Amino acid sequence: MAAEGGEAETQQKEESKRHTYPLVRTCDMNDELKTECMELCVTACEKFSQNNESAARMIKETMDKKFGPTWQCIVGEGFGYFIEHEVKSLLYMFFGGTTAIIVWKCA
Amino acid sequence: MPVKGAEKKTTQPVAGGVPTQRRLSQLPRQSIITGFRDDDQDFGNMPDLSDEALRPVRPDDQLKLTDAELNEEHTRILTARNPQAAENIVRFSYKDRTFKPIPQVDQLAVHFQLDGNLIHRDSEEGKRQLVRDIGEQALGEVETTPTKAADTEGEPTTKEGEDEDEEKPKKPTGPAGKGKKLTNQFNFSERASQTYNNPCRDRETFVEQTPRSVFTDNVSQWSIFDAYNEDFDQQQKAKEKEHKKVAVKKDDERKKKFVVAEQTGDDMAKLARSKSASISLKILERMINQNTFDDIAQDFKYWEDAADEYREQEGSLLPLWIFQYDLTKKLACTNLAWNTRYTDLFAVSFGSYDFLKQSRGMFLIYSLKNPSFPENIFITDTGVMCLDFHPNHPNLLACGFYDGSVAVYNIADEYKRPKYQSTARNGKHTDPVWQVRWQKDDLDGNLNFYSISSDGRIVCWTLVKSDLMYIDVVQLKLEKPATEPDEGIPLATLGCGTCFDFNKQQDYLFIAGTEEGKIHKCSKSYNNQFLDTFDAHHMAVYAVRWNTFHPKIFISCSADWTVKIWDINFKDPLFVYDLGSAVGDVTWAPYSSTVFAACTADGKVYVFDLNVNKYEPLCEQIVVQKKRTKLTHIVFNQNFPIILVGDDRGNITSLKLSPNLRKKPKVKKGQEAPEGPEAENAKLDKILALIRDPDDTKNKSISAQQTSTVPATTS
Repeated sequence: MAAEGGEAETQQKEESKRHTYPLVRTCDMNDELKTECMELCVTACEKFSQNNESAARMIKETMDKKFGPTWQCIVGEGFGYFIEHEVKSLLYMFFGGTTAIIVWKCA
Repeated sequence: MPVKGAEKKTTQPVAGGVPTQRRLSQLPRQSIITGFRDDDQDFGNMPDLSDEALRPVRPDDQLKLTDAELNEEHTRILTARNPQAAENIVRFSYKDRTFKPIPQVDQLAVHFQLDGNLIHRDSEEGKRQLVRDIGEQALGEVETTPTKAADTEGEPTTKEGEDEDEEKPKKPTGPAGKGKKLTNQFNFSERASQTYNNPCRDRETFVEQTPRSVFTDNVSQWSIFDAYNEDFDQQQKAKEKEHKKVAVKKDDERKKKFVVAEQTGDDMAKLARSKSASISLKILERMINQNTFDDIAQDFKYWEDAADEYREQEGSLLPLWIFQYDLTKKLACTNLAWNTRYTDLFAVSFGSYDFLKQSRGMFLIYSLKNPSFPENIFITDTGVMCLDFHPNHPNLLACGFYDGSVAVYNIADEYKRPKYQSTARNGKHTDPVWQVRWQKDDLDGNLNFYSISSDGRIVCWTLVKSDLMYIDVVQLKLEKPATEPDEGIPLATLGCGTCFDFNKQQDYLFIAGTEEGKIHKCSKSYNNQFLDTFDAHHMAVYAVRWNTFHPKIFISCSADWTVKIWDINFKDPLFVYDLGSAVGDVTWAPYSSTVFAACTADGKVYVFDLNVNKYEPLCEQIVVQKKRTKLTHIVFNQNFPIILVGDDRGNITSLKLSPNLRKKPKVKKGQEAPEGPEAENAKLDKILALIRDPDDTKNKSISAQQTSTVPATTS
């Protein structure tokens, strides 16, 4: 029993380790745009791991500066959404096992 | 010392007077500091004369006066008298006739005089100018030319004309007459100009909104978890291929997008390869082709040679499209076949007739709708010598090759490999296959076709499931020469078959032509024997064709320059035509039993209509571009009045038949136009009867004991 419990624990730890990398679910971007955006999201989430709002603010403002106006960004752990995005400007990814980030461009 | 207070104010220095007083401020400072009293007090306190430095300096020419004289007081009075003016001006008085002194002398002394150019506004001149200016303004404002204003203007202008300079300035018309500034007419000038302003133009544009799309999803902790898990598992699988899959399958539609949907590559390239795009592209290609060849397409549909009305016994062929393909330029067209279902589709096989120059072959599927490029291209190792479309399955194409093998292709197939192919073990011919022909499905429902080849065998091939099975139907045995040595085993030598054709009404009956010039009448059921043999030609028979309607008539053409028409029951030909050059192919028209066309090695196409002229062609026309191009094959189209001619340079020319060439017999008024095969037969029989009557007795065949009348009905 103890061994099994221990096993379950290690398994859980393993699993939590599994889920930390950024996992892109949907991406409608050019390659270089995509890599930059992903890196930016990871940086922002690591920096503001407690505060989703700041992370989202950082992502949105950086994207605006780099790639042009009117990007939108949502960082959260549980939400539903229905958005309209400009073609070739959408990134939807998971990070850190708990947070989901969606970034899109729409005027 | 006495103080002289009042006199102190005289500015004028006493002429020659001793400067008895000195201001305190003028004295050197030292003396002031050394215990002198204030300025208010004794102003005229004389310094101690004993002091050397303070002693006034006396100029040398100063008048020497005694002290008593020095102390005298003189009185000075300021008057407005000009000291320079003379005091005693005397004038001669005419009244008194003496000189009299003038009582008053002018005391005015002019120090400086300057003439100015301002005039007072209330002076007469000023007033006049004002009036004039107002008058001008009034003129400008009021349209009617007031004569008064003109007069008032005239006056001042004339008066001033003398005085003024050449530069008559233009006064700016102010908003009100009164508040205007008066400017001197003489010096003041104004200049104004207007720069050119470019005209303005409005431009507007409407920008399309950037393309957008909608995206929606629901995210929660468990969905994130699941996503990670699945991704991880996939990775594991990819690495090791031995991972337990976490069975977390949801019915969420979004799961389908799980694979990281990267849009790789060029979207346009992907689009171009997709099926829907290829259809659109095909249509577009055909549209462009239609535009390019628009006049040909119009001719194809509508053009009829008007000259045919005037020439009874002649027709013409209008060249339409020419089908060419780069890779076939060196190859000769070996066969042409129209598709049985799609009337615009035809197949052309390419190979080489030259024994020495054998290279690869190909066959192309063309459509009339796209003359610039073939619809399908199949490249083969050896030359393709013949092909045939299946009557019921328009995608199946049987072809025979120069190396003796036969194959069946599915032209709708993406891979350009044959579905079935005969191999050396599978009964392939040992010599080139010259013709293949599909037959009706056999009793088991299997597709089958026949082939004839130079190795003397006529073989029936059956498509059984995935195999090709062969049966030797007939062997073209040569006639044994009369004199044969008794020793030795009599070897059966085989002739070389070059062409065959199956009777349309009696399927088992067919005729085959050989290189030796013989035509054999055979049956599918009899293996070894021919039913009959015709000594048809002196050289190889290139084509034999049964008449489209009549069951007993067939035509043959040969390298010996002749085309002959036969009746199956008679040994001798009914008609013989010498065309002056080796005849590559001959074919009956599908719409008439009396029309046939032949093509020769000198590039000419002959069209005959037995109904019109039994001995001369209706049309004899060169159809090739370059000389010394041999025409190899000719086919009629079932639905349209066009023929296709292939040559040995790899080109296929399409020609339209003029109306004379596709005539139906004239109908007497009141009668119904006879149509259908029976009518055609009757037509042909009539003709045959005409020629046959005198030759009746000579042409009886051995087997048949025919009467002179030709059977008119089909059997």
